[in-house]
Parts: sequence; C-alpha cells; structure tokens
Amino acid sequence: MATTVQDAPRTTPDLDVRDAAKRKHPWRWLSAFIVLVFAAQLVKMLITNENFGWDVVASWLRAESIVRGLGVTLMLTVVAMVIGVVLGVLLAVCRISANPLLRGAAGVYIWFFRGTPTLVQLIFFYNLSALLPKLNLGIPFGPVFASFDTNTLITPLLAAILGLGLNEGAYMAEIVRGGLLSVDPGQREAGQALGMTNARIMKRIILPQAMRFIVPPTGNQVISMVKATALVSVIALSDLLYTAQSIYNRTFETIPMLIVVCLWYLAVTSVLYVVQSFIERHYSRGARHQAPSFWDFLRIRPKAQQGSAS
Amino acid sequence: MSTAVLQARGVRKSFGHTEVLSGIDLDVNSGETVVVLGPSGSGKSTFLRCVNLLESLDAGRITVDGRDVGYDVRGGRLHELRPNEIARRRRDIGMVFQQFNLFPHMTALENIIEAPIAVLGEGRREATARAVELLAEVGLAGREKAYPRQLSGGQQQRVAIARALAMRPKLMLFDEPTSALDPELVGEVLVTMKKLATAGLTMVVVTHEISFAREAADRVVFMDGGLVIEQGTPEQVIDNPQHERTRAFLSRFL
Repeated sequence: MATTVQDAPRTTPDLDVRDAAKRKHPWRWLSAFIVLVFAAQLVKMLITNENFGWDVVASWLRAESIVRGLGVTLMLTVVAMVIGVVLGVLLAVCRISANPLLRGAAGVYIWFFRGTPTLVQLIFFYNLSALLPKLNLGIPFGPVFASFDTNTLITPLLAAILGLGLNEGAYMAEIVRGGLLSVDPGQREAGQALGMTNARIMKRIILPQAMRFIVPPTGNQVISMVKATALVSVIALSDLLYTAQSIYNRTFETIPMLIVVCLWYLAVTSVLYVVQSFIERHYSRGARHQAPSFWDFLRIRPKAQQGSAS
Repeated sequence: MSTAVLQARGVRKSFGHTEVLSGIDLDVNSGETVVVLGPSGSGKSTFLRCVNLLESLDAGRITVDGRDVGYDVRGGRLHELRPNEIARRRRDIGMVFQQFNLFPHMTALENIIEAPIAVLGEGRREATARAVELLAEVGLAGREKAYPRQLSGGQQQRVAIARALAMRPKLMLFDEPTSALDPELVGEVLVTMKKLATAGLTMVVVTHEISFAREAADRVVFMDGGLVIEQGTPEQVIDNPQHERTRAFLSRFL
C-alpha cells in the first residue's frame, strides 16, 4: 500500500534552511553611503550658493508674464496633442488598411515627419511664405475657389501648432498601430462571429484592449510634448521659456529665471504623471498584471504581484 | 432548396498554392448534430470557418437557412455583399473557438450581453436576465462578475458557449472546442455540448474527441485531404469504417 500524507513521518533535519544565517550586503551599505554624501553636497550647494538667487526665483515664480507664458505652453501642448492623436489614429488605420495607396501614403508621411528634426519643421512652417507666397483652395490645374496670403494666415502660433501637431501625428501613428496589432486576431473573429459590424468591433472590442498598449506611451508623448513646446521660442512665440528668456535678457538673472522655468515644467509633468497612472489603472481591467499605482515608486520593497486564479 | 439548415456544394479553398478544401459537399438538417472528424490539416476547421465567412470561398457555395452568408442572388448571379450586410447574416450562426476568444476586458456577463444588446437591439435588462440563465445552464451560476482570466479554461469555454447561445443561433459551429483544454477540463465542456445536442440545437462540431462523436453525434463526417471521405451514423463510421483512410485515422485512437 502506498504511504499517504498522513502516514508520512515528519522529520526535522539537523541543519534546516530555516535557521540559515542571512547573507551580508556590504556593497549595499557602501553605495547607500556614497549616495548620501552626494545628496548632502547637493543640499549644501542649494542652500549656500547665492548664484541660485532663490529670492529672485520666488519673486518671479508667480509673476503675471511667467504665468501667461505657462498658459501658452499648456495650450500648445493640448492643441498639438489633440491634432497628434486624431492624426495618429487616422494614419494608423491607413497603415493597416487593405488599400495599398493609403498604406503607402501614411508610410511616406510617417517617414518624413519622423525623419526630420522637429526644430527644423517648426522653422520651416514659420517660413512657409518663402516657399508658397499664396495658399490656394481649388482643383489642381483647375479653378481656384479661395486664395490666402501665407504670411497673414500662418502666424507664429499657427506655425507652432502645425509644426508640433503634424510631427506628433507621425509618432502617435506608430503607437496606435502597435496597440491595434497587439490585440489578438481571434478577438476580431469572435466579434464577427457574433454578427458585430467592423465599426462596433473596433470601438467595443479592439480599441479598449489596444488602449492598454496605447495609453502608457501616449502619456510619455504628452510629457515630451510639454517640454518640446520650448522649441517654439525660436520662432518668437512667447511660451514659458521665451518669456523667461526675454526677462533675463533684460535683468541678466539667467540662472534664477531658468530655475523658475524648470520648476514650472516639473510641476506640470508631475501632475501629468499622476493623471497617467490613474488612466492606466482604468484600462487594465481584466488584465493579468494590474498597472502600478502612482505611489508604488515610494515603496522600498516591490509589491508582490497577485496571481490569477487557476 | 431542401430544408437543410446548412448546405455546402463543391466548396474549394486554397491558401497560396496549397488547396485545403477540394470540393466539399455537406448537408446539415435542422436539429442535427454533425461531428466532423479527420487528421490535422484535413481542412475541417477551414470548412467551418468558411460557413460563417471568416474565410472566403474560392469556389462552390454555402447556404445557411437557404441564404448565402456573403452573397445576394440577383439576375441569376451571386453578388458580393457589403461588410455590414454580412455581419447581419452572421447573427444566426454561433461559433465557439478553440482558443475561446472571450473578450478579456469584459466580465463573463458583459461578454454574453454585448452582442444581444449591440446587434439584436435587446434591452440591457432582458439581455442580463437571459445571460444569468445561460450561465446557470452551462453550470456557471454566480460567476457573472468574473473576468475571463479568473476562470479556468473549461469555464472560459462554457462562457463562450453561453455567449454564442445568447444570439439564439439557428446553427452552432464548434471549432475544436476542447483542444486547448487540460485533459481534466475536457469533460465539463463536452457535457455542456451534449446537453445542447439533446435539446435539439443544430450543431457542427469539429473535434478529436471520438467518444463525444459516438455519444452525441447524429451523423459523423470523416474528412481527409480537403474531401469528405465518408459519412454516416457513429456506428457506421466509427465502428465499421468502409474507407481505408478512415480506418487508419481511427486506429490511432484505439
């Protein structure tokens, strides 16, 4: 007869891993010490170095012109991202469409806008009138319905929006396409077998699942965009950076003004990070791995993943 | 046309240079359970996918309930339908997949009520009430709020069956419904399917479960090399196969 668990003898070995001596971690202690030394130095510099001009920082931080510059930066971020997302979804759908002409056209667009620097594109749109003095609305080689003077139509603001938005569209297209392709083809088939239309399958089945793969990189894109808007200072658009520059060109308080700028960018990106973590949680419904909570970065020990049932 | 729910004539399908279906003729009558057996690569899954047009046919014709799924007859000719019209015709054909294909972002209940609400225009309340009934029928009462990942493979497949049944299909297609399951979970899915067969649902089942064919099938169809080799009652085909290829296939299960 086979031994059952109940019959089995419970032995206790002389040496048991339960009583084993824990390993020592000398390098951990050493590296912690080095980091602390550097941190102490940094704090000392922040306090004692008068070139930071903390009083100047404090006086300018909430100055009206700076806040207005911040407003321009935020507005540019929002408008450029909206254009980028809409364009990105359209381009991604073109990229995976059955129509080879649409696929090719979207491919060329993405190739061009990802292959040239954003800064160059911005300056290009700013100087569009040198290439096309007039913008005409009409049929090629046919009648013209409306004509606009490029210089009056393309203001620095519009040049900035076009430059940032069209460029963002190319990056978003690749993110959206990756998300759509990450959804198992069986999902579409299940929807089809249930008699759902393609539009509904996309909206109810594919996109909600693709969002899990689209949202995290899109969050990164938004945070990148906040900072990329600083590029518009080269076309004399008074965003946060340009406003600060025009102040320190007058007062020569370069470092304090740049610190004001950095503090605002940090504040905005920090808020966005929190928002992103909440959105990620929302889209991870039913997924094996829950998205990390915002506060996870404060944990000293990583939280154990909860396993899925059976 | 006859009263057959499913009628296939001369169905051919190639992938590249490989011909997978070389002229399939098959009728399935109302209330009948037809089990399709055959070695891997014999084209049985492809045929099933042709029935609801997940794969297009190269030649031949398939009608379900007397209508072509992907075509209209006008002026003595077949005309390709638009995608939304094809979707409309798929409503009456339920399908259960090897990999379940439940929607992972929806609970078991949401999986079941999605199509009745979206496609049939049922109210949320009546769809929910019916979904609860269907879950109980497949032995999953009380698991309405579970996400697919929280269910075992056998449970997921039973939710998938309930999801297909919620559309009140005239024909149900089962594409190797137990092939992705751990051996100890196969039984619970087969029991559910046997119940449906007994209840008079018209079913076409592609499977490797010979015992299911023996116990639940009204008719067994043996396919090989893209052709129907022989068909008949389970006793005829499984216990007394006439064709050499059928015998060779079945000998592997004895």
